[in-house]
Amino acid sequence: MSDHNGDIKKMMIILSKATLENVYAAFVLANGARMEGIEAEMFFTFFGLEAIHKKKLEHLHIATVGNPAMHMPTMLGGLPGMEALATHMMKKEMERIDMPDVHEFLDILKASGVKLWACKLAMDMFHYTKEDLYDDVDGVITVGDFYKQGSGVGTHMLFI
Amino acid sequence: MEKVIAGATINVNEEGYLTDFSQWNKQIGTDLAQEADITMTPRHWEVIDYLQSEFKKEVPLSIRKIGKSGVVDIKEFYQLFPMAPLKTASKIAGIPKPVSCI
Repeated sequence: MSDHNGDIKKMMIILSKATLENVYAAFVLANGARMEGIEAEMFFTFFGLEAIHKKKLEHLHIATVGNPAMHMPTMLGGLPGMEALATHMMKKEMERIDMPDVHEFLDILKASGVKLWACKLAMDMFHYTKEDLYDDVDGVITVGDFYKQGSGVGTHMLFI
Repeated sequence: MEKVIAGATINVNEEGYLTDFSQWNKQIGTDLAQEADITMTPRHWEVIDYLQSEFKKEVPLSIRKIGKSGVVDIKEFYQLFPMAPLKTASKIAGIPKPVSCI
Protein backbone atom coordinates (compact mmCIF):
# COMPACT_ATOMS: atom_id res chain seq x y z
CA MET A 1 0.00 0.00 0.00
CA SER A 2 1.16 3.50 -0.76
CA ASP A 3 1.39 5.94 2.10
CA HIS A 4 0.50 8.80 -0.26
CA ASN A 5 -2.18 10.96 1.31
CA GLY A 6 -3.91 11.80 -1.97
CA ASP A 7 -2.47 15.31 -2.30
CA ILE A 8 -1.94 16.59 -5.82
CA LYS A 9 1.80 16.97 -6.34
CA LYS A 10 1.98 17.79 -10.01
CA MET A 11 -0.42 18.88 -12.77
CA MET A 12 0.35 17.85 -16.35
CA ILE A 13 -1.82 20.03 -18.57
CA ILE A 14 -2.24 19.25 -22.27
CA LEU A 15 -3.52 22.10 -24.43
CA SER A 16 -4.78 21.03 -27.86
CA LYS A 17 -6.84 24.10 -28.79
CA ALA A 18 -6.02 27.69 -29.69
CA THR A 19 -9.30 29.38 -28.86
CA LEU A 20 -8.67 32.06 -26.29
CA GLU A 21 -11.07 30.65 -23.71
CA ASN A 22 -9.28 27.29 -23.75
CA VAL A 23 -5.81 28.84 -23.68
CA TYR A 24 -6.73 30.96 -20.67
CA ALA A 25 -8.33 28.00 -18.90
CA ALA A 26 -5.10 26.03 -19.28
CA PHE A 27 -2.93 28.98 -18.17
CA VAL A 28 -5.06 29.76 -15.12
CA LEU A 29 -5.01 26.10 -14.08
CA ALA A 30 -1.22 25.88 -14.44
CA ASN A 31 -0.60 29.15 -12.63
CA GLY A 32 -3.14 28.24 -9.96
CA ALA A 33 -1.30 25.00 -9.33
CA ARG A 34 1.99 26.82 -8.75
CA MET A 35 0.26 29.29 -6.43
CA GLU A 36 -0.76 26.30 -4.29
CA GLY A 37 2.73 24.82 -4.25
CA ILE A 38 1.85 22.20 -6.87
CA GLU A 39 4.26 21.56 -9.74
CA ALA A 40 2.91 22.19 -13.24
CA GLU A 41 3.98 21.27 -16.76
CA MET A 42 2.20 22.06 -20.01
CA PHE A 43 2.22 20.16 -23.31
CA PHE A 44 1.14 22.15 -26.35
CA THR A 45 -0.14 19.98 -29.16
CA PHE A 46 -2.04 20.49 -32.42
CA PHE A 47 -3.74 23.90 -32.42
CA GLY A 48 -2.61 24.43 -28.84
CA LEU A 49 0.82 25.17 -30.34
CA GLU A 50 -0.49 28.56 -31.47
CA ALA A 51 -0.49 29.66 -27.82
CA ILE A 52 3.32 29.46 -27.85
CA HIS A 53 3.87 30.46 -31.48
CA LYS A 54 5.59 33.87 -31.44
CA LYS A 55 3.67 35.32 -34.38
CA LYS A 56 0.28 33.82 -33.51
CA LEU A 57 -0.02 34.03 -29.76
CA GLU A 58 -1.04 37.69 -29.81
CA HIS A 59 -3.83 37.02 -32.29
CA LEU A 60 -5.85 34.25 -30.70
CA HIS A 61 -9.63 34.52 -30.84
CA ILE A 62 -12.52 33.16 -28.89
CA ALA A 63 -14.88 30.86 -30.76
CA THR A 64 -18.20 32.40 -31.77
CA VAL A 65 -19.37 29.44 -33.83
CA GLY A 66 -20.25 26.15 -32.16
CA ASN A 67 -20.09 27.79 -28.76
CA PRO A 68 -23.58 27.72 -27.19
CA ALA A 69 -22.40 29.88 -24.28
CA MET A 70 -22.01 32.81 -26.69
CA HIS A 71 -25.81 32.97 -26.84
CA MET A 72 -25.83 34.06 -30.45
CA PRO A 73 -27.20 32.23 -33.47
CA THR A 74 -24.53 30.17 -35.21
CA MET A 75 -25.22 31.99 -38.49
CA LEU A 76 -24.49 35.32 -36.82
CA GLY A 77 -21.33 34.02 -35.16
CA GLY A 78 -19.99 33.13 -38.59
CA LEU A 79 -20.26 36.65 -40.00
CA PRO A 80 -16.98 38.37 -40.88
CA GLY A 81 -15.50 40.27 -37.95
CA MET A 82 -17.71 38.60 -35.36
CA GLU A 83 -14.88 36.66 -33.74
CA ALA A 84 -12.73 39.77 -33.60
CA LEU A 85 -15.56 41.74 -32.02
CA ALA A 86 -16.29 39.09 -29.39
CA THR A 87 -12.57 38.77 -28.68
CA HIS A 88 -12.21 42.51 -28.31
CA MET A 89 -15.07 42.59 -25.81
CA MET A 90 -13.67 39.68 -23.85
CA LYS A 91 -10.18 41.22 -23.72
CA LYS A 92 -11.65 44.39 -22.28
CA GLU A 93 -13.33 42.38 -19.53
CA MET A 94 -10.11 40.50 -18.87
CA GLU A 95 -8.16 43.71 -18.42
CA ARG A 96 -10.76 44.76 -15.89
CA ILE A 97 -10.21 41.64 -13.77
CA ASP A 98 -6.42 42.01 -14.08
CA MET A 99 -5.98 39.08 -16.48
CA PRO A 100 -2.67 39.32 -18.36
CA ASP A 101 -2.46 38.93 -22.15
CA VAL A 102 -1.13 35.67 -23.59
CA HIS A 103 2.50 36.77 -23.81
CA GLU A 104 2.61 38.21 -20.32
CA PHE A 105 0.84 35.12 -18.99
CA LEU A 106 3.57 32.92 -20.51
CA ASP A 107 6.18 35.12 -18.78
CA ILE A 108 4.34 34.68 -15.47
CA LEU A 109 4.12 30.90 -15.96
CA LYS A 110 7.84 30.64 -16.69
CA ALA A 111 8.81 32.83 -13.73
CA SER A 112 6.59 30.65 -11.55
CA GLY A 113 8.45 27.52 -12.59
CA VAL A 114 5.95 25.99 -15.04
CA LYS A 115 7.61 23.83 -17.70
CA LEU A 116 6.42 24.44 -21.26
CA TRP A 117 6.75 21.64 -23.81
CA ALA A 118 5.89 21.62 -27.51
CA CYS A 119 4.62 18.43 -29.11
CA LYS A 120 7.09 17.11 -31.68
CA LEU A 121 4.50 15.44 -33.89
CA ALA A 122 2.36 18.59 -34.13
CA MET A 123 5.48 20.73 -34.75
CA ASP A 124 6.35 18.48 -37.71
CA MET A 125 2.79 18.56 -38.99
CA PHE A 126 2.60 22.37 -39.00
CA HIS A 127 6.22 22.76 -40.20
CA TYR A 128 7.13 24.81 -37.13
CA THR A 129 10.68 25.04 -35.81
CA LYS A 130 11.84 25.83 -32.29
CA GLU A 131 12.68 29.36 -33.53
CA ASP A 132 9.00 29.96 -34.25
CA LEU A 133 8.17 29.44 -30.60
CA TYR A 134 8.11 31.64 -27.51
CA ASP A 135 11.75 31.87 -26.41
CA ASP A 136 11.39 30.21 -23.03
CA VAL A 137 9.74 26.99 -24.22
CA ASP A 138 11.64 24.20 -22.45
CA GLY A 139 11.80 21.90 -25.44
CA VAL A 140 10.14 19.94 -28.22
CA ILE A 141 9.28 16.46 -26.95
CA THR A 142 7.25 13.35 -27.75
CA VAL A 143 4.15 12.11 -25.94
CA GLY A 144 6.34 9.45 -24.31
CA ASP A 145 8.73 12.10 -23.00
CA PHE A 146 5.80 14.04 -21.56
CA TYR A 147 4.46 10.97 -19.75
CA LYS A 148 7.91 10.40 -18.33
CA GLN A 149 7.93 13.98 -17.04
CA GLY A 150 4.71 13.17 -15.21
CA SER A 151 5.94 10.05 -13.47
CA GLY A 152 5.68 9.93 -9.70
CA VAL A 153 2.99 9.72 -7.05
CA GLY A 154 0.34 12.44 -6.97
CA THR A 155 0.55 13.48 -10.64
CA HIS A 156 -2.66 14.38 -12.44
CA MET A 157 -3.16 14.88 -16.19
CA LEU A 158 -5.61 17.21 -17.79
CA PHE A 159 -6.57 17.46 -21.47
CA ILE A 160 -7.95 20.72 -22.77
CA MET B 1 -9.39 30.17 17.48
CA GLU B 2 -6.52 31.23 19.71
CA LYS B 3 -2.91 30.37 19.12
CA VAL B 4 0.10 30.97 21.35
CA ILE B 5 3.16 32.07 19.41
CA ALA B 6 6.23 34.18 20.16
CA GLY B 7 5.04 34.59 23.75
CA ALA B 8 1.75 36.13 22.66
CA THR B 9 -1.80 34.90 22.10
CA ILE B 10 -3.18 35.64 18.65
CA ASN B 11 -6.48 34.89 16.92
CA VAL B 12 -6.27 32.83 13.77
CA ASN B 13 -8.78 31.14 11.48
CA GLU B 14 -8.88 27.39 10.83
CA GLU B 15 -6.16 27.75 8.17
CA GLY B 16 -3.84 29.65 10.47
CA TYR B 17 -4.29 33.18 9.07
CA LEU B 18 -4.43 36.00 11.62
CA THR B 19 -7.94 37.37 11.96
CA ASP B 20 -6.80 40.62 13.56
CA PHE B 21 -3.83 42.33 11.91
CA SER B 22 -3.33 44.61 14.93
CA GLN B 23 -2.08 41.58 16.89
CA TRP B 24 0.81 41.09 14.48
CA ASN B 25 4.42 41.93 15.24
CA LYS B 26 7.72 41.02 13.66
CA GLN B 27 8.50 38.24 16.13
CA ILE B 28 5.14 36.61 15.38
CA GLY B 29 5.97 36.90 11.66
CA THR B 30 9.35 35.27 12.25
CA ASP B 31 7.79 32.36 14.14
CA LEU B 32 5.00 31.91 11.59
CA ALA B 33 7.70 31.78 8.90
CA GLN B 34 9.56 29.12 10.88
CA GLU B 35 6.40 27.01 10.92
CA ALA B 36 6.55 27.17 7.10
CA ASP B 37 10.27 26.26 7.15
CA ILE B 38 11.29 29.75 6.09
CA THR B 39 14.11 31.67 7.74
CA MET B 40 13.42 35.35 7.32
CA THR B 41 16.05 37.60 5.69
CA PRO B 42 15.95 41.34 4.96
CA ARG B 43 14.67 40.48 1.44
CA HIS B 44 11.79 38.49 2.93
CA TRP B 45 10.88 41.45 5.13
CA GLU B 46 10.85 43.86 2.19
CA VAL B 47 8.25 41.67 0.53
CA ILE B 48 6.23 41.31 3.75
CA ASP B 49 6.30 45.12 4.20
CA TYR B 50 4.95 45.52 0.67
CA LEU B 51 2.14 43.00 1.22
CA GLN B 52 1.15 44.71 4.45
CA SER B 53 1.10 48.16 2.87
CA GLU B 54 -1.09 46.88 0.03
CA PHE B 55 -3.39 45.26 2.58
CA LYS B 56 -3.70 48.55 4.46
CA LYS B 57 -4.62 50.24 1.17
CA GLU B 58 -7.20 47.46 0.67
CA VAL B 59 -5.65 46.43 -2.64
CA PRO B 60 -6.32 42.76 -3.43
CA LEU B 61 -3.11 40.84 -4.08
CA SER B 62 -2.29 38.63 -7.04
CA ILE B 63 0.85 37.07 -8.47
CA ARG B 64 0.62 39.51 -11.39
CA LYS B 65 0.57 42.51 -9.01
CA ILE B 66 3.58 41.15 -7.11
CA GLY B 67 5.42 40.92 -10.43
CA LYS B 68 4.63 44.56 -11.19
CA SER B 69 5.33 45.79 -7.66
CA GLY B 70 8.92 46.82 -8.31
CA VAL B 71 9.72 45.22 -4.94
CA VAL B 72 10.27 41.67 -6.11
CA ASP B 73 9.83 39.80 -9.39
CA ILE B 74 7.80 36.61 -9.63
CA LYS B 75 10.83 34.36 -9.92
CA GLU B 76 12.43 35.70 -6.75
CA PHE B 77 9.07 35.65 -4.97
CA TYR B 78 8.89 31.89 -5.60
CA GLN B 79 12.48 31.52 -4.41
CA LEU B 80 11.84 33.40 -1.17
CA PHE B 81 8.59 31.58 -0.39
CA PRO B 82 8.92 28.32 -2.35
CA MET B 83 5.64 26.59 -1.48
CA ALA B 84 2.50 28.56 -2.37
CA PRO B 85 4.29 31.94 -2.11
CA LEU B 86 1.33 34.33 -2.02
CA LYS B 87 -0.51 32.30 0.62
CA THR B 88 2.57 31.63 2.72
CA ALA B 89 3.76 35.23 2.60
CA SER B 90 0.28 36.50 3.47
CA LYS B 91 0.14 34.20 6.46
CA ILE B 92 3.54 35.42 7.69
CA ALA B 93 2.44 39.02 7.10
CA GLY B 94 -0.62 38.50 9.29
CA ILE B 95 -3.04 39.48 6.52
CA PRO B 96 -5.99 37.46 5.14
CA LYS B 97 -5.60 34.62 2.67
CA PRO B 98 -5.51 36.01 -0.88
CA VAL B 99 -8.49 35.10 -3.03
CA SER B 100 -7.02 35.73 -6.49
CA CYS B 101 -6.65 32.90 -9.01
CA ILE B 102 -4.00 34.76 -10.99
